[in-house]
Amino acid sequence: MARAVTPRRKLINTLVAWAIGLLIFFPILWIIVLSFKSEGDAIRTPIKVLTSAWTLDSYAVVQERSDYFKHFSNSVILAVGSTLLGVIVAVPAAWSMAFVPSDRTRGILMWMLSTKMLPAVGVLYPIYLLFIQLGILDTRIGLVMVLMLINLPIIVWMLYTYFREIPGEILEAARMDGASLREEVMYVLTPMAVPGIASTVLLNVILAWNEAFWTLNLTAAKAAPLTAFIASYSSPEGLFYAKLSAASVMAIAPILIMGWFSQKQLVRGLTFGAVK
Amino acid sequence: MATQHSRSAARVMMAPAVILLLGWMLVPLTMTLYFSFKKYLPLRGGDLGWVGFENYVRFVSSSSFWPAIWTTLIIVGGVLAITVVLGILLAILLDQPMWGQGIVRILVIAPFFVMPTVSGLVWKNMFMDANNGFLAHLWRAFGAEPVQWLSQASLPSIVMIVSWQWLPFATLILLTAIQSLDSEQIEAAEMDGARKFSRFRFIVLPHLARAITVVVLIQTIFLLGIFAEIFVTTGGAFGTKTLTYLIFQRVLESQNVGLGSAGGVYAIILANIIAVFLMRIVGKNLDA
Repeated sequence: MARAVTPRRKLINTLVAWAIGLLIFFPILWIIVLSFKSEGDAIRTPIKVLTSAWTLDSYAVVQERSDYFKHFSNSVILAVGSTLLGVIVAVPAAWSMAFVPSDRTRGILMWMLSTKMLPAVGVLYPIYLLFIQLGILDTRIGLVMVLMLINLPIIVWMLYTYFREIPGEILEAARMDGASLREEVMYVLTPMAVPGIASTVLLNVILAWNEAFWTLNLTAAKAAPLTAFIASYSSPEGLFYAKLSAASVMAIAPILIMGWFSQKQLVRGLTFGAVK
Repeated sequence: MATQHSRSAARVMMAPAVILLLGWMLVPLTMTLYFSFKKYLPLRGGDLGWVGFENYVRFVSSSSFWPAIWTTLIIVGGVLAITVVLGILLAILLDQPMWGQGIVRILVIAPFFVMPTVSGLVWKNMFMDANNGFLAHLWRAFGAEPVQWLSQASLPSIVMIVSWQWLPFATLILLTAIQSLDSEQIEAAEMDGARKFSRFRFIVLPHLARAITVVVLIQTIFLLGIFAEIFVTTGGAFGTKTLTYLIFQRVLESQNVGLGSAGGVYAIILANIIAVFLMRIVGKNLDA
């Protein structure tokens, strides 16, 4: 609701909003700064930090000492793998609920949502035990499955709300022209659904990337993604501000960039369509 | 109209998602229930038989139970109060005409995308550390004694860290809701001479009521389960042990699975009570 205001009013708005925005963003800005400093400089007073020399050393050290890219690729595999698997399972389900709704559709959707509200800690031990017995503790395949399952309700819901916006008449027309179910899905529905699916993938990759209950509890050295790798800095030795900053910046940068593109989807996906 | 053929096809297409979620829900839930009635110590004798409701009684009568409940309530309540109030103010501010609105929005939303372990550790070390943290430098610059944030003011510190993470979420949702407000309504009120505050009180706030409820319910579900932020900062020490963290310690650290499972059942019941309210709102929207 853009309204005309005086330039002076607009200037005040701008100044206040930028000040608050920068204040909220400051912790991220600060670790970006620290990541380009030496360990010795990173613990000095803020003014000395800013005036000290800039260096890329920390980034190199993090990779050398801790095999950073192994954890980074674990994160990529877990986030992308679990999301794609989830989409493969969810597309047919969301399609059928959006276009062939029955009396039970609503109930099923609500029930799926309710599984998302199960507190993870309530089923921690069973999952832990199942993982041990299936031999998938600290493996990527096990974590991909868990992350897929915890995000599946969100994926189904988001796809459902997108699919429901596609007019059913178009599908009917295709059907009348003799399109088979497969053709209908492939040539009519899919092209129209691509933006919705893309948004769903984007948001769920972000959620899976940042998931930090199961990834902390079900991984050790091998399958640990960045969430768990960063947690190893909670009991560090010696100076580590610059290293922790560099590791953190690399861990959040890709998702921060994706996040900026997914603001709208974030609202839709996390409120289950309750706020538009 | 859907044919018989497409109906059965629909059922087949829905099956994988339904079966997976059903398994994901039922199998661990049944196991948790099963363990909760057993004395089960994997490292000290394993399955030591049925004990009825003993675990349930012991979980609530342990000396850590009520402190954990209080800690949970303070964290959830504190974060909700901060994020909703500041979220409303920020949403109204971001809705005003200004230069660089898009960039400010990006700055405000950014913390939501920071993974919990990173934000926990960054706040703990780079900001709240009493020797080298940013806040300690700031305090010294003003001649004050630096605060040992995470041990002396542990709960407010955790509330502050978690609020920083969730403020973007509240702001974004409330902003979306404000933007759907009819500007003619505001203009009409303005012309009728309604003051700023009464415009806010009688037009904006009622319009936001639903979005606020959604923010409160969804955040509550997530906040009840916060884990990583405590895991990497205090490890549950200094009175920051929440219900979730207490159960985690019982199950994985002290490997008292029966007792922890009983706690898990309590957590599930608690989450379900909140979920019922959330589902009602979401369900209403489904009909519209």
